[in-house]
Amino acid sequence: MAEAAVRYLRDGRLDGEHAPALSVEGSLQCCPLAAGAMLHVAAALTSQAAAGKAQARGLVVVAFDRSPEVYLEFMRRRGLDANYLNRCVRILDCYSDPLGWKQKIQNQQHQENSTKQFSTNKENVAVFRNVKDVKKLMYSITELGGGFEGEGKKHFSIAVDSVSTMLRHASVPSISGLISNLRSHEQVSSIFWLIHSDLHEPKVPRAFECLSTMVACVEPALVDPVCVESPGNMSILEQNYSKAKFIVRLKRRNGRVKHFYEDLYIDGNDIKFDSAPVSTEVNQSLVPKVQFNLELSEKERTDKANVVLPFEHQGKGEPIRIYDGRGSLLEGQRDPNLAPALVDEIAPKSGTAKGEIHYFRDSDDEQPDSDEDPDDDLDI
Amino acid sequence: MEEYGGGDLLTEAMGSAARLVVVEDCVEAPGAFVLHLLLKRALAGGGAAAFLALAQPFTHYDRILRKMGCNLSLHRRNERLHFFELQAFPGGARDGAIADSFVRLYSEIQRVAEATRSGENAGQFTIVIDDVSLLEVAAHGSIDNVLDFLHYCVTLTSEMNCSLVILVHEDIYAGEENNGLLLHLRHIADLVVKAAPLSTGLAADVHGQLSVVNKGTFSEQRAKAQKVWNFHFKVKENGADFFYPGSRH
Repeated sequence: MAEAAVRYLRDGRLDGEHAPALSVEGSLQCCPLAAGAMLHVAAALTSQAAAGKAQARGLVVVAFDRSPEVYLEFMRRRGLDANYLNRCVRILDCYSDPLGWKQKIQNQQHQENSTKQFSTNKENVAVFRNVKDVKKLMYSITELGGGFEGEGKKHFSIAVDSVSTMLRHASVPSISGLISNLRSHEQVSSIFWLIHSDLHEPKVPRAFECLSTMVACVEPALVDPVCVESPGNMSILEQNYSKAKFIVRLKRRNGRVKHFYEDLYIDGNDIKFDSAPVSTEVNQSLVPKVQFNLELSEKERTDKANVVLPFEHQGKGEPIRIYDGRGSLLEGQRDPNLAPALVDEIAPKSGTAKGEIHYFRDSDDEQPDSDEDPDDDLDI
Repeated sequence: MEEYGGGDLLTEAMGSAARLVVVEDCVEAPGAFVLHLLLKRALAGGGAAAFLALAQPFTHYDRILRKMGCNLSLHRRNERLHFFELQAFPGGARDGAIADSFVRLYSEIQRVAEATRSGENAGQFTIVIDDVSLLEVAAHGSIDNVLDFLHYCVTLTSEMNCSLVILVHEDIYAGEENNGLLLHLRHIADLVVKAAPLSTGLAADVHGQLSVVNKGTFSEQRAKAQKVWNFHFKVKENGADFFYPGSRH
């Protein structure tokens, strides 16, 4: 199902529409896994772009939380060689020197030593030194994205890791403004970002969910009812660090919302998704183990569906009318059981004469209109 | 059950790949001894360390580490230990002044880290901060400045063979509303060591329990290893004992 999310990002935008956006949400209980999901999506999208299957020519990673090397290393392990990485990945490095301190120190020391140029020797990594300036950030991202090779309209995708760190340097409105500007930028094919939901007030992740077309929540596989941090529940904690639920909610263009979830786990130093067939597990556990066969085969099931039940009206081709007791039958469709003479007799009268109901009580001890059960004196 | 030096539970639990270790403690179970052990380990392995002391003066650490068999004064003279006495760390009144003093502090750390790297014994470099809560006090409660400073220290760990050990008093942030710093630290940590009093009450020969959570990164190979550890500790004059609950008589 993670593939479905990646597919949406890969297919990109239609003309005149905003780019599809994925918000990956993680919390403290499973934050390495949320980061892993982010890396997975980035690597999967890059390999699609490298193969030319995506609308985007490449991916721009805005790296706040992890060094660019982590991204490149992960993609390398996913089988993308240096050639592809150089062609399809650009990293805006907001990690190494987000506030320009290192540059400032370097300037003060007046040392133009090449060994001090951290991470700038790579051709697809650009260091960004003033993260508080959101406008400049926007400009740098689009500039990096415009640098991909290719003809025609050069689309690119954007990964932001993470919005939580950006929010430390700028306000919520300015960052959500940045994201929505990027979404409406004509060259942006898709965008996805990571947010740590427990670092903010609940309304902040909501604000970013509203900007997205897909939301992927990484939630702990096991929720401990008491307290996760208490020492008695080490096994639960242990499980949660190696496995999590990946819940995706995606909005279609027509407004339909689709929900699905799968398991997310760490395998070696890679991250894997397992679309566990949850429903079969449930079925198996619900059906008790007995000697006789409770299951139906496919043929038996269709046969069963075709049986006409005795209380069902069997129209046999004719239109089915059910007399509700109030409306009179239409002319020409009178009940054939009624004798025509009788009908003729009643019909002229119905206009003039008034009807009467004669009712005789059986005995005096019967209460008029009594609701009591007439059989309650029977001894069964 | 042996004293610190190798093969004990803490070393086993911590592994070797953790870049950013956060030690959480509380008043009932101070975690400073973990810091001392890690400092000793950092210096013993031929590495160098920068110690940002906000809580205690140098003589305090010198005395403790001497009992544990590590001569801090000597290491300091040999420039293996760079000791920053920051009890009077000047925050400054204005916001800009706080940021400036953090920049200066960081530039000092970066300078000694680079000097160590370019030296002939390029071992592990460890930055120890005792403790972050006081750093926050020095910054007049401005969490952003502290986090910026810590982020720059973290960037050193990905650029060179460097690790960061941070002590934080967890119970200060017990309230729900003001725990931003603690949550951020837990998010960025590779490994969280948490000291807590015994859940079963006081005991004569057990001083508390440690839980080690190795969040791990994808770059390391020991992904299959155990991630969460829980054991008891007893602090001694010359070190500490670590043992599983019930394994001692």
